[in-house]
Amino acid sequence: MKVAVTAQGPGLEAEVDSRFGRCTYFVIKEMVTGEVETVANEPGTSGAGIEAAQLLARAGVEAVITGHLGPKAGRALAAAGIAAYQHTGGTVAGAFAALEAGELAPIGNPV
Amino acid sequence: MLQIAVASGKGGTGKTTVATNLALALAGEGPVQFLDCDVEEPNAHLFLHPALGEEEAVTIPVPAVEEGQCTACGRCAEVCAFNAIAVLAGHVLTFPELCHGCGGCTLLCPEGALREEKRKIGIVQGGQRGELVFVQGKLEIGAALAPPVVEAVRAKEQGMGTVIIDAAPGTSCPVVAAIRDVDFCLLVTEPTPFGLHDLDLAARLVAELGVPAGVILNRAGEGDELVEEYCQRQGLPLLLKIPFSRNLAAIYAQGKVLVEELPQWREVFLNLGREIGRRVGR
Ligand code: SF4
Ligand code: SF4
Repeated sequence: MKVAVTAQGPGLEAEVDSRFGRCTYFVIKEMVTGEVETVANEPGTSGAGIEAAQLLARAGVEAVITGHLGPKAGRALAAAGIAAYQHTGGTVAGAFAALEAGELAPIGNPV
Repeated sequence: MLQIAVASGKGGTGKTTVATNLALALAGEGPVQFLDCDVEEPNAHLFLHPALGEEEAVTIPVPAVEEGQCTACGRCAEVCAFNAIAVLAGHVLTFPELCHGCGGCTLLCPEGALREEKRKIGIVQGGQRGELVFVQGKLEIGAALAPPVVEAVRAKEQGMGTVIIDAAPGTSCPVVAAIRDVDFCLLVTEPTPFGLHDLDLAARLVAELGVPAGVILNRAGEGDELVEEYCQRQGLPLLLKIPFSRNLAAIYAQGKVLVEELPQWREVFLNLGREIGRRVGR
């Protein structure tokens, strides 16, 4: 299963970006194999969160770790069947570790 | 017909004061129509007190999907520049609040799975105050797309006399929609560095749109040289100074208009109207 973290830079050592739609990068990890890739996020002016949800869906991501989620992004993620978990601060590696340790709370998807 | 727009680079400069006074002063002279195109915050009615008529809905066409016909090909999401339609997990999801009603998705859906529904984004409302014909637009709460509402107000322009257009403050799309193709634009400013900065932005916008403009300096008194020098440098006529005065501020605060409280101001605004007419060759 692939999990994405919104990040300020590429790779596992980057800082977590608390924004979802307007984050700088998505660092995506295949949790079983440990394989990591970084995808740059280049949102347009309108509907950044919706665009980001589609990008993650295309990348085959099933869960995302981020700081805040707007209602439109929440709707789009829910429709895509992508779970969202809340986490701010620290590194991307730390965010993955926290998820694996079961420490992260899901962000309720406002419908 | 003479269309005069009243704009300002920022809010709170007295733009509506100028627009309403000019309209009322000219209303004695011939047919005058007032268009409140500040659709996010239309407040000219608070000074003009028109008897308002029926509200007319302003709508844009937004897509609705026929699930049975949709193959989830993703074309609609690709063509939408505003991310107002998305295809996720085999389903189309629409976000009408982001839709600009361009019709692109419906046109380009290869399955004909989209049809257009009307979404109300605002209203247009007419009214009358003595000789003055009044029209205002109001953006629906939660709607973010002001230009179509501005255009709906401007579509009511009478083809004769004088049309006074109260534009939104700033220099964004709704302002462009309000002042595009007018005969003349009044730029209202204050004698402060901030006022000057925003005047400059507004002056650039009207220049780009090819609209002749003149400046009105409100709350004049201290620091006028700033604006005077600017106007001289830019070749912009400074058409009127409204001095800062407690008396004028009090009239404004009571929702009254200068031309009706102080007869000398009727003359001032009448002359302003005539001067604009001369400048555009009417
Ligand atoms: S373009 Fe038409 S068929 Fe393709 S996903 Fe959109 S609505 Fe469905
Ligand atoms: S009508 Fe235009 S703006 Fe609205 S969803 Fe379709 S493509 Fe996007």
